[in-house]
Amino acid sequence: MTTKDVSTQETAKDTDFAIDGHGDISVGVHGAGASGDGSASATRITPGNALRPEDIALEIQRGQVKPTEDVAEFALRIGDDGLILAQRLGHWISRSPELEEDIALGNIALDQLGHARSFLTYAGAAWGKSEDDLAYFRREHEFRSAHLFEQPNGDFAVTIARQFIVSFYQFELYTKLMESTDATIAAISAKAVKEVDYHRDHSAQWVLRLAGGTDESRARIIQGFKLVWPYVEELFEDDELTTRLAAAGVTVQPSSLRAEFDRLTGDIMAEAELEIPGVPQSLGGGRRGKHSEFLGYILAEMQVLAREHPGASW
Amino acid sequence: MASQNLQSVPAELSPEEQEREAAGQAYFDRIISEDSRIEPRDWMPAAYRKTLLRQISQHAHSEIIGMQPEANWITRAPSLKRKSILMAKVQDEAGHGLYLYSAAETLGQSRDQMMEDLIAGKARYSSIFNYPTISWADMGAIGWLVDGAAICNQVPLCRASYGPYGRAMVRICKEESFHQRQGFEILLELSNGTPAQKQMAQDAVNRWYAPSLMMFGPPDDDSPNSKQSMAWNIKRFSNDELRSRFVGMMVEQVRVLGLTLPDKDIRFNEETKKWEHGPLDWNEFKEVLAGRGPCNSQRVERRREAHENGAWVREAAVAYARKQAQKESAA
Amino acid sequence: MAPHGNPEAPASAASEINREAPKVAATNADSSTTAPASGPAVTPRGATEETPWSLWEVFVRSSRGLSHVHAGSLHAPDAAMALRNARDLYTRRNEGVSIWVVPAESISSSDPDSKGSFFESPQGKDYRHATYYTKSEGVKHL
Repeated sequence: MTTKDVSTQETAKDTDFAIDGHGDISVGVHGAGASGDGSASATRITPGNALRPEDIALEIQRGQVKPTEDVAEFALRIGDDGLILAQRLGHWISRSPELEEDIALGNIALDQLGHARSFLTYAGAAWGKSEDDLAYFRREHEFRSAHLFEQPNGDFAVTIARQFIVSFYQFELYTKLMESTDATIAAISAKAVKEVDYHRDHSAQWVLRLAGGTDESRARIIQGFKLVWPYVEELFEDDELTTRLAAAGVTVQPSSLRAEFDRLTGDIMAEAELEIPGVPQSLGGGRRGKHSEFLGYILAEMQVLAREHPGASW
Repeated sequence: MASQNLQSVPAELSPEEQEREAAGQAYFDRIISEDSRIEPRDWMPAAYRKTLLRQISQHAHSEIIGMQPEANWITRAPSLKRKSILMAKVQDEAGHGLYLYSAAETLGQSRDQMMEDLIAGKARYSSIFNYPTISWADMGAIGWLVDGAAICNQVPLCRASYGPYGRAMVRICKEESFHQRQGFEILLELSNGTPAQKQMAQDAVNRWYAPSLMMFGPPDDDSPNSKQSMAWNIKRFSNDELRSRFVGMMVEQVRVLGLTLPDKDIRFNEETKKWEHGPLDWNEFKEVLAGRGPCNSQRVERRREAHENGAWVREAAVAYARKQAQKESAA
Repeated sequence: MAPHGNPEAPASAASEINREAPKVAATNADSSTTAPASGPAVTPRGATEETPWSLWEVFVRSSRGLSHVHAGSLHAPDAAMALRNARDLYTRRNEGVSIWVVPAESISSSDPDSKGSFFESPQGKDYRHATYYTKSEGVKHL
């Protein structure tokens, strides 16, 4: 490193910057052109403090937490929902209607992926598998995501309609899961609920704007809702697993979330002067591994590289 | 001098205007000689404004077009951690583009106009983004080499004489420190992985090395604008100077990676105390710049498509805002 | 004013979702950014020409107890979206606990041409500063 130090020493002194190691830059800005002093800076950055998938992996490793088979199966469902949605939303980055929206959708995708990683990491502990084992080496019928999350992005209106349903559903779910008797599920949900709350706001803002914007945008959001609404019912279906877990206080029956979902989405829809589409509800089946045609393509793309190099570390 | 190529002061000026211009120039010269900062509403020479506008908008376009080669791997990232990192990084680039467009807007050009120029193929952006990303290791090589070169270029720009540009660069440099590290770690992981992974990493370094060196711009004796930019305190170091520093850093780092740089001629010149590298193919550089790179039309087309497909959304938001404002004023 | 107002407290109902941005008192922001803003109100709207989103200046309070500081600008169709875009663009790394957005066209700034006279008066009035009073140096609690 000596030669490099010689070559950058002068710069460091001249610029109040030090280039160190591989690109780590300590930015001590003192000269003119700086935006205020350090403590008042609008660019002061911190990593923050929140539950991360890595923390859960660590707890698993130490043997501090291990989900029951049922809890793992349940975590797989919500984890897969987030994963597939993040995969869909990630496609928007560099393609959004405006650069600001690239960032907004990117944030939402990152939130969803974060939740997915936490839930999948936790689920995997039941079977000695990592988040990546579960994401990259399961086959289509082993995924537990609901059909709504697999629906194509379509135009921006379809994506917003999907986001609207997803975020209001997830908000109700995570709110209840914060009181789960399973401490890990409760902790992940407590982090997720705040993020999903913002997703609600984001989608509601856009539903109002698209519905109340131009004739074209209104026609498109109506069409968008028509395309995704058939997949609402599946989200609120109870089955044997949820019945057992509800009895144990791990989760609530999905059907119990419906009334509040209807009320809150109904408020926004009414304000936007949109009607709930009268479309037949799809039979679903995602929770049992029965998926739409779309999932196969999503997985083919997502898994291709990891499967080319089984056992590799990245 | 660069200003010769640029539009200069209009021919006919009244005596009062001439006096104002002269006073403005004197004030400007003093600010520059004191190494202080020019702010948006200050008088500035037309050529200074034009040079900055060109440089900042090109920089912004590079961030926006630069999203594409990496976005290409978001859906295929081989682990969920890498997927998160890559998504955050590409998203950051959109942010950096926005910081820079904002800085350029303070010079009197609208972002809409800049975007139109980009889509019409009238604006330039960093030529390196016209190369394809054909393997996962390219995510590593772009982070390590391309972002590394960008950081070398950008750190001195934090002190650029134009205030808004310098401030944008401060924010960008802070955020980019993770970009290069994540690229380095992708390569390190591959290099320590299976033989196929290591091969993938070396292949990516081989492909991105020369283009990353060319990111610093033409050699000093072929860079007519550099001198004026340095006199204006926009640029602080010459192209060759920065390139040489960069090569020195890469030489050290590539050893840690356990890979090699595809350049037999790298050496430290004891006399000049500078790092030297082998010849670069400037013809190819010019060809790619002229639009004949592997991905030029694809990149601009993607931007055009996104922008045009988004028109109805942007329109809807404006129409909604207008209706809401009308409702409010009626109430 | 969840969610952007207080990230710690999620909104408990959709009715709490803000339809528009809350107003703040006028500021003496020292923004010097004066790019021409072209909001819906000022730009004439042609039949085919798109109205660009208008320009907003963003001010971020990095933590409680500190002032809002100019962070940069962005484009948005209205104040509510400007706040959200500012949250996404300028606080991705915990840079803030509060955000202001101001239409760029609403900012008035001092005339750059009269720098000399506008800011001359305080020059040389060193009796306004404690350091001027040297005789009391060394006296405790003064």
